[in-house]
Amino acid sequence: MKQGFRAAFAIAKKDLRTELRTKESINAAASFAVVILVLFSFAFPLERDEFYAISGGLLWLVYSFAGALIVNRGFARELPNDCLDVLIASPAPGWAIFLGKAVAAFFLLLIVELICLPVFGLFYNIRWTGSVGPLALVIVLATWGITVVGTAFSAVTVNVRVRELMLPVLLYPMIIPLLLGAMGLTTALFSGESSSGDNWDSFRLLIAFDAIYTALALYLIDFVLIV
Amino acid sequence: MREKATWLLALLGALVMIYNLHVIFTGLPDDALQGMIFRIIFIHVPADLVADIFYTVALVTSIMFLAKKNFLYDSITVSCIEVATMLILVNLVTGSVWGRNQWGVWWTWDLRLTTQLMKFVLYLGYLIIRPAISEPTQRATMSSIVAIFAYADVPMVWMAIRLPNVRTNHPSPVLGNGKMAAVYNAPFGMGMLALLLFGTALVLIRLHQETSQREIDSLRRELHAI
Repeated sequence: MKQGFRAAFAIAKKDLRTELRTKESINAAASFAVVILVLFSFAFPLERDEFYAISGGLLWLVYSFAGALIVNRGFARELPNDCLDVLIASPAPGWAIFLGKAVAAFFLLLIVELICLPVFGLFYNIRWTGSVGPLALVIVLATWGITVVGTAFSAVTVNVRVRELMLPVLLYPMIIPLLLGAMGLTTALFSGESSSGDNWDSFRLLIAFDAIYTALALYLIDFVLIV
Repeated sequence: MREKATWLLALLGALVMIYNLHVIFTGLPDDALQGMIFRIIFIHVPADLVADIFYTVALVTSIMFLAKKNFLYDSITVSCIEVATMLILVNLVTGSVWGRNQWGVWWTWDLRLTTQLMKFVLYLGYLIIRPAISEPTQRATMSSIVAIFAYADVPMVWMAIRLPNVRTNHPSPVLGNGKMAAVYNAPFGMGMLALLLFGTALVLIRLHQETSQREIDSLRRELHAI
């Protein structure tokens, strides 16, 4: 167990270091997210007050688009030079490899999100600094949900011919409940109506989603990696 | 023998369905509130319930495949999911027609409808990813895992009209709690039976195709080896 966590930590560190040196997917994801933000301003020409009603939805659409780009690289990065086979053959257990990959993707997506959030606030005149603590909690929970499901499916699709097309097809329907909760909560936090009972339900939904899919992915990943 | 049994099942299903349609359209009075459109319930609800039965079978066979690595389980999974997804489409389309009549809109984004559409899209994802993986063991394993993940939505649809504080336009549950008039029980049961028989026949036909396909593939590989 302890060895597994150490392996997971090493893999996460390796992935983060590779990514921060080459900036392959993080640059692409961040600039893609900003482009989407710009496009939304033409798509929804609204007054500032009206904009608050859809602010959470827009933000999480951008984040989930960026997320798909980031998790796509997770296992695909190991394909050249057969690194994936070596990882699987190493003594590190399957769940540790998965956990390392998921944690690395989580931090990468978090970086992209932190770049986008001020840009979003700036472009659309949204005051997001009102309740930073709860917002951070929502972002962390929903980002973990996106990355854990995304990394699991990136392992499933890593050997598929049209990998980049398959991942979104599987990922987006799966994370609908998560996005539903995160969008509602974020909108409520931006517009300052965050204490109603509905929001507690959404919050519980986020936690339940994270718990269920993390357990499912950690358990099933061995079957994915072996073949 | 097996082929005959399959056709017999299909024939039985078709007969029950035709008889049931006769009963539904000539033997039942119009609903007091909904008029004649309520009759969709005898197709709409059984389609989803039968689909859920097949999805549950697919979940079990997916887990069995991962545990036992027997390709028969994989063939059963894909057959069940194909037929069930078609039934979900029937459910969505009939529901949409009913919604247009009763609500005035073809579609609304309430929780029940959204989760049901999600179920359709998730299993569509299963059917899309399957042909994209060429190596048989890998294809069976990956699609089994996708099937297990996708099943997480089935209880969500079930809960979507049963949770206490969810706002939904969808009618609340009427089965098993005496809210449906007793005269409807027989046509509803027959609707279930018809789709179950007919669906099972379709699953068996697909299963036959899958196993033949596997046999052909292995013969082809053998030929290449020679």
